[in-house]
Amino acid sequence: MPSQPEKMKAYWRKNLQTLLILLLIWFIVSFGFGILLVEQLNEFRLGGYKLGFWFAQQGSIYAFVILIFVYVVRMNKLDKEFDVNED
Amino acid sequence: MDILTWTYILVGASFALYLGIAFWTRAGSTKEFYVAGGGVSPLANGMATAADWMSAASFISMAGIISFSGYDGSVYLMGWTGGYVLLALLLAPYLRKFGKFTVPDFVGDRYYSNTARVVAVICALFISFTYVAGQMRGVGIVFSRYLEIPIEWGVVIGMCIVFFYAVLGGMKGITYTQVAQYCVLIFAYMVPAIFVSMQLTGNPIPQLGLGGEVADGTGLLDKLDGILSDLGFAEYTSGRKGMTDMFMITLALMVGTAGLPHVIVRFFTVPKVKDARLSAGYALIFIAILYTTAPAVAAFGIYNAIDSTSEKNISELPSWVNNWQKTNLIKVDDKNGDGKVQYLPDPETNELTIDKDIMVLASSEIAKLPNWVVGLVAAGAMAAALSTAAGLLLVISTSVSRDLVKTFNPEITEKKELRIARLAAAGAVVLAGYFGVNPPGFVAEVVAFAFGLAAASFFPVIIMGIFSTRINKEGAISGMISGLIFTMGYIIYFKLMSPELNSAEHWWFGISPEGIGSIGMMINFVVCYFVSMATPPPPQHVQDMIQEIRIPKGAGTAHDH
Repeated sequence: MPSQPEKMKAYWRKNLQTLLILLLIWFIVSFGFGILLVEQLNEFRLGGYKLGFWFAQQGSIYAFVILIFVYVVRMNKLDKEFDVNED
Repeated sequence: MDILTWTYILVGASFALYLGIAFWTRAGSTKEFYVAGGGVSPLANGMATAADWMSAASFISMAGIISFSGYDGSVYLMGWTGGYVLLALLLAPYLRKFGKFTVPDFVGDRYYSNTARVVAVICALFISFTYVAGQMRGVGIVFSRYLEIPIEWGVVIGMCIVFFYAVLGGMKGITYTQVAQYCVLIFAYMVPAIFVSMQLTGNPIPQLGLGGEVADGTGLLDKLDGILSDLGFAEYTSGRKGMTDMFMITLALMVGTAGLPHVIVRFFTVPKVKDARLSAGYALIFIAILYTTAPAVAAFGIYNAIDSTSEKNISELPSWVNNWQKTNLIKVDDKNGDGKVQYLPDPETNELTIDKDIMVLASSEIAKLPNWVVGLVAAGAMAAALSTAAGLLLVISTSVSRDLVKTFNPEITEKKELRIARLAAAGAVVLAGYFGVNPPGFVAEVVAFAFGLAAASFFPVIIMGIFSTRINKEGAISGMISGLIFTMGYIIYFKLMSPELNSAEHWWFGISPEGIGSIGMMINFVVCYFVSMATPPPPQHVQDMIQEIRIPKGAGTAHDH
């Protein structure tokens, strides 16, 4: 059984890992697909939408919602695992 | 019944509802006044946050801005939603665990310095006042357009309503009123959007209708691109702004959203850290419903407007054109005298001027929807303006009563503090009303300010306050001040001092004043880091506190000093 401060360090490290991955996706769907790569993606289509335009005005927003809920689920699990949850 | 009667009934009924809720949920203690007693459920808080966040600008103007800027309008869609990811992941849970009442509370405690606290209070007050003046103006405009009463009286009525429930109810009253306001505003936004989507594309879901086909079988967006480029405008789905500028504006809006004090404070009202995370998720769902519909409303609006007016005989224009000409939101001027309307990019020959606000305000008339829907849109716009105004007024009153008066007179009684909070709220309502009636010429200009300042001041010091134990008060204060001065200087120079130079060739690196908050934020981060490294680390009790807020366990409800 690792000591309390060690355990907290591990918890914090896992938290930061989660943040890093989720924020990377956050950046890619909005700044990446919606702005930097928009012209390349506009060559493809999603129904009546050009793909880059879809990411800028629809897709990125859906992705943001999903990201927050993934974070909620993941952190609740992590809190239980490290026994730092509130119940 | 006619439109005016329906509008009076629906606006009146919604006001009665808000006042009733405010009366039943009035605050009895400072804790109820500041954070609604800390017992709001995540779902209710999510709705309240959404109403708090979506202002008159989101409801009335955003779709119209997108109508006329097409792809470029995406900065608002991504910027004003993406900030919630930052809020949920980087701020809300930790600030909830910290468990005090305001943003300056956090800055002051984390940086063990009343100087830092006062700098934060000044930022909070400036941001909130800028915003609230615009909301009051919005209330006045809706009143004058729909209820046909003078704009000044509209502002006064709005002031009285907000005064009643913000001053009486504090955060508790505001929270539950905002839940009701969210329901009113989202219903009012969606009903016309669904009808119009059905009419144009046969698909009742506007988000799908935008990617759908119009009657002749071509895709709506392709058709719109074609119509606009035939008339000599840029294509709807391609960009006109520079890529750097798009990037920087989006970033400034996202970070600014996450740094706005009236949004952050909402996450102090839920019982647990877990709830703060979940609540941010709910808030974004509720916001996303409107924000994914807005681009559809935008495209439908501009398509309908051009389709029903361009190259049509002036004597045969649809009735909504005449109705809204009275309010000057649309102007037809037959410059070449051919009896037809030409909609063109060149202001010399263009004969049709459409205000952006018309895309939402007149959408139900353009689509020939029943009169009650038109009245509903008025009630929705009012809900959007009032809910945001109330949230901002609370930040102002809390900043004064708690962060200024209580900090420097820690011995005052709770009863007295509550009275000061109410007095401050009352004073703020009056001041906001004054700016609503007599808007300073630069109200629209300073919106960029509010976001830029929030991005350049609060966001970096809060993030570093949580994610670093090494950042100290010297770093935080110099970071906030340098970020602020840089951002303010750039905006004041281009917006107020030399507006004639406000164009891409004069901007630094092609970044407009709207996007400069991103650079201000980076400056804040850099200054904060290096100054902290050159000065002693924070005392042990502060480092312990940081470790403490990183762990959800033992949050308790928001507590007093």
